[in-house]
Amino acid sequence: MNNSRHIKHLYARAGFGIRFEDLQDHENWSIKKAVRKLFKASEKQEPINVLTENIDLRNFPDKTDEEKKLIQEERNKQNKTLNNAWTKQLNETDAQLRQKMTLFWHNHFSCNIGNAWYEQQLNNIERDNALGNFKTLLIQVSQSPAMLQFLNNQQNQKGHPNENFARELMELFTLGRGYYTEQDIKESARSFTGWAFNNKTGNFVFRPRVHDEGIKTFMGKASNFFGEDIIDSIVANKQTAVFISTKLYKYLVNDVPDASHINLMADVFYRSNYEIKPLLEFIFTADWFYEDKNIGNLVKSPVELLIGLNRQFYINYQNPDVLLQFQRTLGQVLFRPPNVAGWPGGKNWIDSSSLMYRMKIPSILLNAGVIDFTGKANPEDEAYLAAVRKQQLNVIKRVQAQPDWEKFLLGIPKDISKEQIAAFMLEPGINKTITKEINRTLDMKASIIQIVSTPEYQLC
Amino acid sequence: MPIMKRRDFLKNTTLASGAFLVPSFLKPFEAMAMSNLTGYKNLVIIQLSGGNDGLNTIIPFGNDIYYQKRKTIAVYQPNIIKLNDMQGLNPNLSALKEIYDQGWMGIINSVGYPNPDRSHFRSMDIWQTGSDANQFLTTGWIGRYLDSNCSDCKNPYTAIEVDDTLSLALKGAKMKGIAVQDPNKLYQATRDPFFKDLVHDHCDANLIEDNLGYLYKTMIETYSSADYIQRISKTYTVNAEYPLTGLGNQLKTVSKFINSGLQTRVYYVSLSGFDTHVGQQNQQGRQLKIFGDAVAAFIRDLKQSGKLDDTLVMTFSEFGRRVEQNASNGTDHGTANNILIFGGKLKKAGVYNAAPDLSQLENGDLKYQIDFRDVYATLLDKWLNINNSAVLNKNFIGLDFI
Repeated sequence: MNNSRHIKHLYARAGFGIRFEDLQDHENWSIKKAVRKLFKASEKQEPINVLTENIDLRNFPDKTDEEKKLIQEERNKQNKTLNNAWTKQLNETDAQLRQKMTLFWHNHFSCNIGNAWYEQQLNNIERDNALGNFKTLLIQVSQSPAMLQFLNNQQNQKGHPNENFARELMELFTLGRGYYTEQDIKESARSFTGWAFNNKTGNFVFRPRVHDEGIKTFMGKASNFFGEDIIDSIVANKQTAVFISTKLYKYLVNDVPDASHINLMADVFYRSNYEIKPLLEFIFTADWFYEDKNIGNLVKSPVELLIGLNRQFYINYQNPDVLLQFQRTLGQVLFRPPNVAGWPGGKNWIDSSSLMYRMKIPSILLNAGVIDFTGKANPEDEAYLAAVRKQQLNVIKRVQAQPDWEKFLLGIPKDISKEQIAAFMLEPGINKTITKEINRTLDMKASIIQIVSTPEYQLC
Repeated sequence: MPIMKRRDFLKNTTLASGAFLVPSFLKPFEAMAMSNLTGYKNLVIIQLSGGNDGLNTIIPFGNDIYYQKRKTIAVYQPNIIKLNDMQGLNPNLSALKEIYDQGWMGIINSVGYPNPDRSHFRSMDIWQTGSDANQFLTTGWIGRYLDSNCSDCKNPYTAIEVDDTLSLALKGAKMKGIAVQDPNKLYQATRDPFFKDLVHDHCDANLIEDNLGYLYKTMIETYSSADYIQRISKTYTVNAEYPLTGLGNQLKTVSKFINSGLQTRVYYVSLSGFDTHVGQQNQQGRQLKIFGDAVAAFIRDLKQSGKLDDTLVMTFSEFGRRVEQNASNGTDHGTANNILIFGGKLKKAGVYNAAPDLSQLENGDLKYQIDFRDVYATLLDKWLNINNSAVLNKNFIGLDFI
């Protein structure tokens, strides 16, 4: 077995790829040691606190049209600031595994609201608990203003329940379709009545006066359940462990699920009372994780692709809005998932246009190219566009990105062949054409840009 | 050059590059195109993003409630272009008057869906995927039309979005449409020598059904579609005058595609800027003028070139807006809305159904009378000739406007 290849695969999946010099340093590590190091590097907590004001808490009743426009612009600015802060962190942090899992939870607990302050808070909950306990994470997410607002639990009150949260909790966050009834949704929605957040402080509150104290029958048991009881009951059902394991398998291993591997994962997860770390350790040390069919076969999300390039080439962005523009063009703007089910991922990332852009972006970034595409405005940008009387968001033509070629090339041993470089950078391996092309190209930088402009580079 | 089957083409790795530029497997399709040109029906979808206020687009001036609820943003006679005793066009749509009078325009009132969602994202998602309000689909309705493998939808260019990026509406599970803002640019982009070589030399191993195979397949299809679209479309020059706006340019491109005989069934374009919470009259007025002028130019152009009878245009927005205006001379997110239809062969032109009922509201919003999927079903059944249940996952009865 080629240990170096396995280490590389591990870093491609547990993080955003490995740099040449790091691989040389780690290639003789045992898998166990490498996994241990990955967790070690992810021990630190790195909350994002770039936003200092919750615009919704401002108190000014009679706003003029002009003031409202200004607020809309401020909101837009906050959205950008938050997006930039996370992408910057993704580019720079050593805590790759924590970030990779934060992205997983960001998509799992998909949330899209017009308040960047609450989004920042939810994002920090997901990062803090990314490698912690799933049930803790689930409760904190469920009680976050972002999710309470997104899934309308503010409106879920005794006498007129709103079922949105209860439904998504079971369908998308824990059990999956087919493991609950419509009656379970109705009854559990009543249990979550009173879960809300204070509009003046922006903090979670339980409002006893709007809580339905009656008897609810949930999953065959009757009692005057509170929201916490429902969550207890849901995680006590092993199906929750199976559901999360399936999703994680598709995220880290293969988008074609393997029931036997997933069941083993679910056993580990369930036995540890939903601790995420032992589950990840189990995956990363399993033999099947390193089987050929599980290497180099996952389509990188746009964010994984961009972050991987940024990290590999130490790219510095003078104008970080470029990264936001790329996210828009490639179809994944952080904090703007399409709906509560999240980005579907896998092949869904790829169409004619997105693939062409994916293959063009490396030369734009690494060779001071010019952008000749715009992408679409997100639906949530519409209010901003209307307010500032524009039809399109600003398009940055000059990327002003600065890769550190010197540093990158220093990491590459002098006697190495271009094929070896390609084999290192392309997880699925290389084919004859790539070999031919990069050898025909005389300039080393140009060869490397070619390597990262291939269909192969879209996979990890 | 002998005619090759597609499968052979994909396997052939020794094609000379000159020959490759005209993918031979396309030849039979082109031959068919020439003989079938008449009667080849196109659907053009215009998306108005942000939630267009339908009540100030097609104005129910005959209903006093409209004026009661919209003290500062209502449009008054005689500025309104009257269509009947109840409804009329916003004056910024004056270019559409002539189109309407010719019987080339239809208005379907109160289109929506049960349990409406007021989020831009979610409601656009619902309109683009054709889902129920509590259902999450990862494919678009046009994408599923492509997936249906009908005889007319074998290629990515069966559905073209005139844009830089592809909307969910055009993404199927197996097949996806193609986004083309400018056919020359797309062609040039795909002819980068490095990409060309990757396409030429791809080996069979890359064409198996895994993700790498899918990437290569997409790349090869993009390569040949870019060539096909550029080669066919350049044979026609649009002489008609179009307004110099984004939408004007997009529709001019669609006209070029249609008139040059591209084997494309569905075109998709969009116009942003309709989320008018503040100072609506000016903002929406500007957008409606852009819309009306561009569509009128497009319809006149197609009439001139004899393609209007083979073309159907549908416009939609993710939702309408609340009946009552807000305190900022704007309107907030609402529910049901009108859909506009254009074409030379409308069975029922003009106002299709009753004006929205402003007295029976649900939490201040219009109640929908027609499910938007009944409109889609009509287009699928009667225009694209495919059973709507194959695309919409259940059967809708449809309407009677074509």
